[in-house]
Amino acid sequence: MAVLLLAEVTDGALALDATAKAVTAAAKLGDVTVLAAGASAAAAGEEAAKIAGVAKVLVAEDASLGHRLAEPTAALIASLASDYEHIVAPATTDAKNVLPRVAALLDVMVISDVSGVVDGNTFERPIYAGNAVQTVKSNDAKKVISFRTSTFDAAGDGGSASVETISAAENPGLSEWVEDKVAASDRPELTSAGVVVSGGRGVGSEEDFKLIEGLADKLGAAVGASRAAVDSGYAPNDWQVGQTGKVVAPELYVAIGISGAIQHLAGMKDSKIIVAINKDEEAPIFQVADYGLVADLFDAVPELMEKL
Amino acid sequence: MKVLVPVKRVIDYNVKVRVKADGSGVDLANVKMSMNPFDEIAVEEAIRLKEAGKADEIVVVSIGVKQAQETLRTALAMGADRAILVVAADDVHTDIEPLAVAKILAKVVEEEQPGLVLAGKQAIDNDMNATGQMLSALLGWSQGTFASELDIDGDNAVVTREVDGGLQTIKVKMPAIVTVDLRLNEPRYASLPNIMKAKKKPLDEKTADDYGVDVSPRLEIISTTEPAARAAGIIVGSVDELVGKLKEAGAV
Ligand SMILES: Cc1cc2nc3c(=O)[nH]c(=O)nc-3n(C[C@H](O)[C@H](O)[C@H](O)COP(=O)(O)OP(=O)(O)OC[C@H]3O[C@@H](n4cnc5c(N)ncnc54)[C@H](O)[C@@H]3O)c2cc1C
Ligand SMILES: Cc1cc2nc3c(=O)[nH]c(=O)nc-3n(C[C@H](O)[C@H](O)[C@H](O)COP(=O)(O)OP(=O)(O)OC[C@H]3O[C@@H](n4cnc5c(N)ncnc54)[C@H](O)[C@@H]3O)c2cc1C
Repeated sequence: MAVLLLAEVTDGALALDATAKAVTAAAKLGDVTVLAAGASAAAAGEEAAKIAGVAKVLVAEDASLGHRLAEPTAALIASLASDYEHIVAPATTDAKNVLPRVAALLDVMVISDVSGVVDGNTFERPIYAGNAVQTVKSNDAKKVISFRTSTFDAAGDGGSASVETISAAENPGLSEWVEDKVAASDRPELTSAGVVVSGGRGVGSEEDFKLIEGLADKLGAAVGASRAAVDSGYAPNDWQVGQTGKVVAPELYVAIGISGAIQHLAGMKDSKIIVAINKDEEAPIFQVADYGLVADLFDAVPELMEKL
Repeated sequence: MKVLVPVKRVIDYNVKVRVKADGSGVDLANVKMSMNPFDEIAVEEAIRLKEAGKADEIVVVSIGVKQAQETLRTALAMGADRAILVVAADDVHTDIEPLAVAKILAKVVEEEQPGLVLAGKQAIDNDMNATGQMLSALLGWSQGTFASELDIDGDNAVVTREVDGGLQTIKVKMPAIVTVDLRLNEPRYASLPNIMKAKKKPLDEKTADDYGVDVSPRLEIISTTEPAARAAGIIVGSVDELVGKLKEAGAV
């Protein structure tokens, strides 16, 4: 059975980690064709062709497909749908913007954030902020699925898929891009980093958040934040970890000044090792921590940096 | 301009969810239910548009069990003008899938002709994050999802979206579907006089059949289980001990 996988392409560049993780999940369903779409997407397509397990790559380059606008991208995917039983993507904000639209155009349900593949029709997904795991069986002829990347390993390289160029669908012309505000960073990307250091409201201010960033840099880690820290302006929105932010599962997650609300745990409790630093010994974060340290973060973090 | 806001009745976000022992689902009998937090933000945004003179009527709609009436009354007490309850299930444990919800909403839109639909970005029970996008596809309207800023400017809406890389701003043609993210606004509390007044505001009751929409699910729930629990950890006594443990585990 054939699977169409929407590659994560941002400004012409392939997000290799997210795409390769989705390939691992998609390969359980059938032969994987990757779609690289964008204003420029050829280079991303060439890179995707090298992912092991990819059978074919389609490259669609058109100005209307730049900036990942939902309407033209969904129209393109819907126009290709007849050849595929599964239409899938990594569960990024781009895919969550596009896939439900595709599903409705095809009159099928979307299955978001799938964390496990049982068979071609049956999937596991977390619900209620990860407090329950549901196994659902789709009765639709076509399945539209986003995969939670934190639960799949990235497919390796060594593939040599054929690359074919296709044209865009007609642009419905309903929306246009105005601007992106993206903070450039040398740090690893949050959802693929091996180590994540996160700060919460306990950090207290944007200036003091530098302490969290300093520890992250010392560990070569990505920086995360609780919603309270983002809402308070200590950290930008794309650092938020949790039910409504990013889901991460690094080798090491260090939570500093974070209480451990279920909405935050939803985004990090599958991490291999969790360290919590909090001055309140009753904080729920200690219930999921492998190593808890009851301490004032303003003492503990500088000492930790010194001793690492 | 009329604004339509779909609001969903969900388990209160503070309630600890319990999975039923027989694996059939989550226990929703006798637990506190509230308006989906994202939908409170959507209602608030609609009220602010009205206060700014950019909207003249706010219609809230909920699809589900009869008890969703309470959710609609909450929205009316916040400041919505009128409510529509579409009864589509008898059992509080039956959830209507986003595709069916979107199909019903599309019919409501046909009838009501709003200039804008403001929905939540996701419902905190099923976390599907789909209904707004599906409705937008069914209507052939533009979509602005995960909005943290919204500016209506005549025939267009400028939407700032929270995306993985940061923020993206797009301009969408009206009529549009906008789904709201947490940082768009801080919803108000309904005052007691407004709660009293809300009881007199119109609330129409319909059924899914009235709209001719088949709500039978496309996804069959095979089982619902507890996630695997983490093994208990330890409390370390000092930074030195922490560093030691992390080195032992090969984590640093
Ligand atoms: C619909 C919805 C979705 C949500 N989604 C998310 C989400 O995706 N991600 C998310 O994180 N939250 C989310 N939340 C919010 C969540 O419920 C919590 O409010 C939030 O996670 C709290 O953040 P916090 O732990 O930083 O703050 P707090 O709960 O205020 O905790 C601060 C902690 O810092 C500790 N502390 C204070 N000072 C110090 C010090 N000097 N040294 C050491 N420790 C100190 C305190 O003991 C406390 O435990 C959501 C909420 C809702 C309603
Ligand atoms: C206890 C339980 C039982 C279930 N039973 C079944 C079952 O028997 N069969 C089955 O197929 N599936 C069942 N499900 C799964 C369920 O149908 C879907 O997975 C679920 O609806 C996912 O979408 P969401 O509510 O997260 O919507 P989202 O797309 O995340 O919601 C986004 C926004 O859409 C609007 N919206 C969504 N729903 C409504 C509504 N009802 N009224 C008004 N506005 C709304 C709101 O503005 C909301 O913020 C069940 C789920 C649970 C928890």
